[in-house]
Amino acid sequence: MLLITCPYCGVAAEETELHGGGEAHLKRFGPESSDDDFTGYLFHRENPKGVHFERWRHVNGCGKWFHAARCTNTLEVFGTYSAQTTEPPKDILDTIRAKRPGFKWRDIA
Amino acid sequence: MSDVALALDGASFEGLVKIEELAGQGMVTLRGNLTDKAIVKAVKDVFGVSLPGTRETAFEGDTGALWMSPDEALLLCAYDAAQAKADDLAAKLAGSHALVVNVSDARAVFQLKGSMLREVIAKLAPVDMSPDVFKPGAVRRTRMAQVAAAFWMDDASTARVVCFRSVAEYMFNLLSTAADDSSAVNHFTR
Repeated sequence: MLLITCPYCGVAAEETELHGGGEAHLKRFGPESSDDDFTGYLFHRENPKGVHFERWRHVNGCGKWFHAARCTNTLEVFGTYSAQTTEPPKDILDTIRAKRPGFKWRDIA
Repeated sequence: MSDVALALDGASFEGLVKIEELAGQGMVTLRGNLTDKAIVKAVKDVFGVSLPGTRETAFEGDTGALWMSPDEALLLCAYDAAQAKADDLAAKLAGSHALVVNVSDARAVFQLKGSMLREVIAKLAPVDMSPDVFKPGAVRRTRMAQVAAAFWMDDASTARVVCFRSVAEYMFNLLSTAADDSSAVNHFTR
């Protein structure tokens, strides 16, 4: 069972109260962008065994979107943070670096 | 308005807890920054309650406020007063970035009475109902089985559950099944 703490209402919500929203920190490439950028934005996703950054929505709760950093292998949740950011905050990265030395996720290490 | 048409005509069930559909509860949804002084003051003026903190409830007589999310509160009052209060609050917040809607007829409210209510709720919602964690004065917006719901405890043996009116019958059947006399687990009463 996956327990993720919603950063907005502070509830340690069980997985069934949440809805996964796929990979986090995607940068949108729209009209006028190159085919490669658009393909990457639309189709290319990370599928790591280990540290992953995801979007989640507290759908049966406060209804807010947020970000979570977790391990896809052990289901350990390193932390959750606001949706209003384009990269993981430093304290979350420090936690992950301490627990998973040498991890790499896209260009974050 | 004379008679309020209840979703289940005031259905009730007696088992581990007494379940009763409550007659018309006035409900007004407020969306906006709940820490904004103008919004806090307007709610205090119209509903007589201070907006509650995160996951808390505030009651003053028959009016109350429930925390729904960082930018949403559910304001409770008498059914007949809901529209007037909503209009009044909307007028007071005309200049603020806020939205006020009377949603009284969109919901059904059930009251659970009895010492086993923690167990009945715990069977249906992914919420820690232990007396040390969920106390009167707290509100939780979650799901019960397959439908969205919110509940709070008025005192140690009374809780109210709110759900969408369209799923009122499902909710009543669900609560009744969970409160069946022969289904006691006695987890929270030991």
